[in-house]
Formats: sequence, C-alpha cells, structure tokens
Amino acid sequence: MGKTLSEIIISEHCQSDVEAGEIVLTPVDVCLLQDGTGPLAIRQFEKLGLQKLANPSRTVFFLDHASPSPRRELSNDHKFIREFVAKTGAQLSDIGGGISHQVINEYYVNPGDILIGADSHTCTGGALCAFSTGMGSSDVAVAMGLGKTWLRVPESFKIVVSGEFPFGAYAKDFMLYLIGMIGADGATYKALEFCGETIENMTISQRLTLANMAVEAGAKVGLIVSDKVTFKYLKEMGRANKYREIKPDSDATYEKTIETDVSKLEPQISFPHTVDNMRSLSQAKGIKIQQVFLGTCTNARLEDLKIFYEIIKGKKKDPHTRVIVTPASRKVYLDAMKLGYIQAFMEFGAEILPSGCGPCVGVHGGVGADGDNILSTMNRNFRGRMGNPESNIYLASPAVCAATAIKGEITDPREYLTVKKTGSEKGTKKSSNKKKKK
Amino acid sequence: MILKGTVWKFGDDISTDLIAPGRYFHLRSNLPEMAKHVMEDADPTFASKVQEGDFLVAGKNFGLGSSREHAPTIIKLAGVSVVLAKSFARIFYRNSINVGLPVLICDTDKIQTGDELQIDLEKGTVTNHIKNLKLTFAPLPKVMINILNDGGLVAHIQKHKDFKLS
Repeated sequence: MGKTLSEIIISEHCQSDVEAGEIVLTPVDVCLLQDGTGPLAIRQFEKLGLQKLANPSRTVFFLDHASPSPRRELSNDHKFIREFVAKTGAQLSDIGGGISHQVINEYYVNPGDILIGADSHTCTGGALCAFSTGMGSSDVAVAMGLGKTWLRVPESFKIVVSGEFPFGAYAKDFMLYLIGMIGADGATYKALEFCGETIENMTISQRLTLANMAVEAGAKVGLIVSDKVTFKYLKEMGRANKYREIKPDSDATYEKTIETDVSKLEPQISFPHTVDNMRSLSQAKGIKIQQVFLGTCTNARLEDLKIFYEIIKGKKKDPHTRVIVTPASRKVYLDAMKLGYIQAFMEFGAEILPSGCGPCVGVHGGVGADGDNILSTMNRNFRGRMGNPESNIYLASPAVCAATAIKGEITDPREYLTVKKTGSEKGTKKSSNKKKKK
Repeated sequence: MILKGTVWKFGDDISTDLIAPGRYFHLRSNLPEMAKHVMEDADPTFASKVQEGDFLVAGKNFGLGSSREHAPTIIKLAGVSVVLAKSFARIFYRNSINVGLPVLICDTDKIQTGDELQIDLEKGTVTNHIKNLKLTFAPLPKVMINILNDGGLVAHIQKHKDFKLS
C-alpha cells in the first residue's frame, strides 16, 4: 500500500512498513531545545541518571527566548544550559544566534530526518521534508539520552494548492486562510502534507512559513516534498551532500484532501485571540495599531524583511505606532545589513532587536500596554501571548505590517506596492519563465 | 482507582499562555512559585481557590499552543488531580501523561463549576449522582497508560530502561 511522507520517513527509521494509527518506537536524528524548555529537560535527563547524549553533534540548545537575558533567573538558566553543553558536547546557539526554528533549518536538519524539539514550532522543519514535531521537556530529555522516542504514526491531510499568488498575497495569507477554514483544532494529531504547483514554486523561506504554522491547526507536522528547491537551499547552506528526494507514493492514503486555489486570495488578518479567528483585510481596514512587530520563526527571514523594506523605504512610520523588528537569525541580520534593509528600517523609525523570540513569547522587548492593538507577523495571537493579557494581537503578512506601520492603522499593502516589486510576483514570474523554457 | 473531587469549569481553547503566562517565564526553574499563577489569565482567582484533588474541566482544544511542560506540571502542583476536556491539543496531552497528570476526553457540556464528580479511571466513567450524570471517556493508548501508571515518563524510563509500548 502506498505511503504518505510521514509513513515513508517513519518506516525508514523503524526499518519496517508502518502505517497511520500505529504506535512505534523510532530513532530520533536531531533534538532541539531552547532556554524556556532546556533547563527542565536537563533536570529530567539528570533524574534519569543518564550521562551521555546519544548524538551530541545533533543535540542543539538555543538561547533564543530570552536573548539577551533580561533577568537574573534567566541568566542562571542560561548558565545552567551552557554548563550542560560544555559537559556533554551538545551544540549551543548562544544569545543573538537566532530563533531555533530558523537556525536548525539553516545548519542541522536534512530531508528524511526525524527531529523532535521542546518547542511547539519545531514543525517548521517539515519544509525540508524532515518529520519534525514539538514535544515537552521530558520527551526530549529521553530522546537526548536514548536516541529514540515513541510516536503514533499520524493520518495525513493532503493540502493541494494551485494558482499564482495575486499581487499583495503571500504564503502567510494562505496559511491564515487555511487555518481559518479548518480551525485551530482542525488537524489535531494529523500531518499536513502540502503539495501542488503553488508549493512547488515556493522558496524555502515561504515553505518554512507554511510548515511553521501547521501546529496552529493542531497538526503534529507540516510536510513538503524535497525537490530541486530544497536542493538549492541545502547547497547554499553548504549541505548539498545531504539532499535526497522524498515524495509520497502516488497511491498513498489520505484522511482528507483539501484543494485550494490562491489566485484570488486577499491579504488575511487573524483577529484576537485565536489564530482561526480569520477575516479578510477589508474587514480589518482602519483598526488603529499601536505596535507593529516584524519578527519570529514565521516571518522574519530575508525575504520577509525584503517585502517590508520595499514598502517602507524612504518613508516615515506613523508617529503613534511603534515598530519592532527581530531578524530570524544572525545570518538573516547580517544579510539584511549588507542589503541596506536595517539602515532603512531605522530611518523609517523602527527599533531593531537582537535575533530571538523575546516579544513573541512575552519575555521582553515589545510588551504591549493595556488596550494596545498589536499587528504582528507571528504565528499565534493568544491572549497574553506577548506579555500582557489586556492587549490585542492581530496576525498578518510582512506586507500588511509594513503598510500599517506607515499609516498607523490596518492598511492594504497594495496601496504601496507596485506590481514589479513584490516578492511573490517575482517568484511567479520566474516559475512561468521556467515553464516556457520546457 | 476512583477519584472524587470538585469541578472548576473553563471554556474552549484554553491556551498554554492562559495556563502558564509567558510573563512568568523567569519562574520556569521555580515551579512551585509559578504554580501560584496557574490559569491566571483565564481566572485570576483560580490558584487561590483550587483545592487538592479538584478537577479542572474545559471545552474543546484544551492546552493549545506551546510545548511548555510547565503548563501541566503547575496544574498538577496546584492540586488538580484530573483534567477533563472535550479535546486536547496534542503536545499538552502528551506532556500531561509525562508528568503523571491524567487527562480524559469526554463530553463536558453538562459539567459545571462546583459539581462533585466521581471518576473511575479503570472503568472509564465520570458520574455525578445529584445531576444523574454518567459519562464515559475514551481509553488512553497502552503506552500512555503504562507511563501514567508508573507516575510519569521519568519514572517509566527509570523502571523499564526504555519505553514499554505494550
């Protein structure tokens, strides 16, 4: 019987044919931990009496949630992690290195891997066709020591996406639309498998946005096949030798198939306080915004910063709106500096914070005041998420955030974009050229 | 095992941010202190009212969001013996079993704050004699029953030196 991507990857690891619904014990290739979940994982690891890591070169600790530490308690947590890393030979991405889900994909994750991480957005790795899922500290502690975990092989939803993104709409808008359609628990325990011409034409940056938000529909993982786009990305990151093509079998069994055409997609806005509280931009226009946040593992890669840059360059932000930017990683930050984006953001009136998660997890940097409306490129908008339960979080694409930062109220980015300049337009032009060549 | 307790009822989509707010991130290495803020953004008075052995009951998709195992841990530290909900978010569900907190899936519509319930974990029943209510809940997968019976994942691995799936 044909296999889904999840069944293929887990079967390979278990060295037997597994199918959806089975509970299996599987080897784990990569373990991800961060400063919020790492200390508890280390304590559990020590309680287990374990001394050695199963795979130190692929056990990675990220100091990204409190980067740099704003408090004594967190500085001590960081110290605790650094000491454990020094003792065991685990890998460390220290403060400023970037958000775990960005950096793990830049340097550690390969197609066909099983990655488990003590962070819910570990699912981001599905963009490189790695079976990647979030778990708690205890599970990751056991995987660090024993090199394995148990899994229920998930049933899969096939998400078939066709059409070219229209002017002003992006991967983020599609994902908000999809979650609005199926609901915040619409795919609980399931795997999402994204396919279709639109996905094939997407860059890795856009694919990472999709996979990242799979958990916002409740999914265990969001997978995309590995293909020439994946190869190009791995090559750029110095891992061309780690590329392998993985595709689902043509007769694989899916619990559900959802077909969407993005060619008429409008920019989307997720209203407070759940991600599936989704509306189209026209229903949100004019809402006053006190803070705009361009950051997070969802939308703070170079392409996202570029979209923002192209809308705001040479302009000034609204004087009543604060603008905060956190590049997703040190690499993204450096690239953005070289391209002049960071300078343009500062001239625009934005504050640039270190690469990390801070504002998105309510730890530091960008906590809203009571009654504030915040428009963010984040993946979730739960009450209190950014540190104050009395502020409201709206979610949107980097383009909507840029246009809104100029006007101080939710604004249609198409008012500022010219057709030739948008990232998605460029992407689709390239792909149509390629088709012509064939 | 039969458990008796009083209900604290919450609604749908209670996120881990409502259970264990991010602004207490610095207390993650001091869980008894963090437990004083459990459910604070859903009900600021909950932590001071909840008694040892009480039941936390909610609607659908309880625990959505973060992977923070601190969320079920502080629910347990606050004294809650069982969480019942119409459905749970995946990571929270797995974490709860790993910290030894029973999480049961059943129709919670007719349960209200203040109800006294009897829960039979073996038979899979929830009863309330005053309301003449008898609900059943779906059994856990065997591996989760094993982990729960051993008192959580760390104790489970200490005992078996591996996962015991069957």
